[in-house]
Amino acid sequence: MMTENSTILSVNDLRISFRTVNGVVQAVRGVSFDLKRGETVAIVGESGSGKSVTMKALMGILPPNAVIEEGSILYNDMDLTKADEKVMHEIRGKRIGLIFQDPLSALNPIMRVGKQITEVLRKRGLSSAEAKERAIELIRAVGIPDPERSYSAYPFQFSGGMRQRVVIAIALAGDPEILICDEPTTALDVTVQAKILDLINQIKEERGLSVIFITHDLGVVANMADRVNVMYAGRIVEAGTAEEIFFEPVHPYTWALLESMPDLQTSGRLQAIPGAPPNMIAPPPGDAFAPRSSYALKIDYEQEPPMFALSDTHIAATWLLHPKAPKLEMPASLKERIARMRKEAEKYV
Amino acid sequence: MSEPMESLLHVEHLRQTFVSGHGSRKRTVHAVDDVSFDVYPAETFGLVGESGCGKTTTGRTIIRLYDPTGGKVTFDGREISGPMNKELRKYLSDNIAMIFQDPIESLNPRMTIEEIVGEGLKLRGVTNKSERHVQVVEMLHRVGLTEEHASRYPHEFSGGQRQRIGIARAMIVHPRMIIADEPVSALDVSIQAQVINLLNDLKKEMGLTILFIAHNLSVVKYFSDRIGVMYYGKLVEVARSGDLYDHPLHPYTRALLSAIPEPNPLTERHRVRLDYDPARDHDYSREQPQMREVAPDHYLYCSESEYEKAVRSLEKA
Repeated sequence: MMTENSTILSVNDLRISFRTVNGVVQAVRGVSFDLKRGETVAIVGESGSGKSVTMKALMGILPPNAVIEEGSILYNDMDLTKADEKVMHEIRGKRIGLIFQDPLSALNPIMRVGKQITEVLRKRGLSSAEAKERAIELIRAVGIPDPERSYSAYPFQFSGGMRQRVVIAIALAGDPEILICDEPTTALDVTVQAKILDLINQIKEERGLSVIFITHDLGVVANMADRVNVMYAGRIVEAGTAEEIFFEPVHPYTWALLESMPDLQTSGRLQAIPGAPPNMIAPPPGDAFAPRSSYALKIDYEQEPPMFALSDTHIAATWLLHPKAPKLEMPASLKERIARMRKEAEKYV
Repeated sequence: MSEPMESLLHVEHLRQTFVSGHGSRKRTVHAVDDVSFDVYPAETFGLVGESGCGKTTTGRTIIRLYDPTGGKVTFDGREISGPMNKELRKYLSDNIAMIFQDPIESLNPRMTIEEIVGEGLKLRGVTNKSERHVQVVEMLHRVGLTEEHASRYPHEFSGGQRQRIGIARAMIVHPRMIIADEPVSALDVSIQAQVINLLNDLKKEMGLTILFIAHNLSVVKYFSDRIGVMYYGKLVEVARSGDLYDHPLHPYTRALLSAIPEPNPLTERHRVRLDYDPARDHDYSREQPQMREVAPDHYLYCSESEYEKAVRSLEKA
């Protein structure tokens, strides 16, 4: 799948906290991952898991009360956590593009769509005639009908899916290498979502983009990702290829996440995750998921689990993988579900 | 559910139009266009469709947040779509309650949980404060909250807890039917399952009938006995949930099913997504479409020739 296996972006032990009136919120607590050229890496997690904060750090758009405590974001031998605004300004949009969750608030409501695209192109030094031509090309490339007319339309004249296409066109206008998609389809209907996902996959192939895809929807992850990082309470708890995460998960949180949503065959009671995500002002010691997990060991409440490597690509932070830990298997219902998924997949082989 | 049971909620040719503008700028939107279905006692009827298809409007028209433009709705044999008066309002609020999508917007931020949940009791003449308190606390326990939560305000709760409060508020008057409008779509995945389980428990314990409105098809499939699919104000297919997923007949239902991303990376890569284009998929120039029963309890909005095709395809399957 990948022609070149070089790492384009590398996040190392990133720690970000927020100064708030109630105390210091430790939003990201030591996140490391690599993005390789031409691949899609998904970051999955619930709200408050730190996935969006990580994304904002990559773009250099953290709010003023956020502090990067430690760690680095290496891009082209440059540490983005230390880059000043002038450098970030060059990188943002031109090197790293961003697609937001809500296309309506990402667009300027009183500026014609064409202008919002040419704005980016003009910054890159194109003449206004060139910019217009290129913008219409982009509008066509993202699948908006009647590009010439759409060029001079306003955002409110478009449907949600078409607006998201406009946002993608703007992101592409900067001709970035990396595209960060922050829940780009959460606000959209399923049929529209399917089209937008196809579009992102298509432009990724055409332009050789590397994509970071942030979402909470495992179905979307399965659709998009080459590799998956599962985040919980500011940490990556498990990372691996899509196959490893969906078929050989080892962290109790990944188990719980996979089990908590009904698929089309589910009957019987849903395996809900009890409780709620922890308060990140005082995150629990040890494995933050332990209080909600029925597989927690004593040590999970005391000591933070290290990353155990299961393969070159598959890592997980859970004490269950320690050689001295009792051999616990994933829940039987999940095992059944995975067997069903494998069987389902055989149809296509 | 095919036995000739008395339906609890009967919706017949329901229409709801919204008009905007005047004169030449006048626009009429047919949000709900000739929709008919039945909901049987203790059943969960799922209504799915995409935004703008009229599923929410249908729910809101039934509970009379809107005045229906046309058609008839009966609840337990009594017409509830007629002119509104005090007595009908009371009948409706005694029997049908609603759970909303947004657990933040739907709770008054200046009322305590006790006031929010107990308001329905107060309006029903439970004037004794301590008696009300007892009932409120009992209901809070039932939805998984505790007594100490009663004195707090909505902003102190997480999304999942707020939705529990919304459910407690709806349940406290012991309605016979609940209209749940996207009750879990604003919640995190791990919390969604908790709320779905809670609704399922309440449904069993209290023999509730639920009209479940949602766009997430896996959730609807899991939760509903029968499902109605809506497209642009029309109900295009109604069937038992297993039948709908195994043998979808309407091209829109097929497109909708093919669009759900499933958490399986191996199948997702080979997935063929179907498209629905009414102008391409139907030829209604000669025959007029209408709701027809294609198989027992499986209804399809189709023309005569489409009907025959559907029957044949079901025979093959």
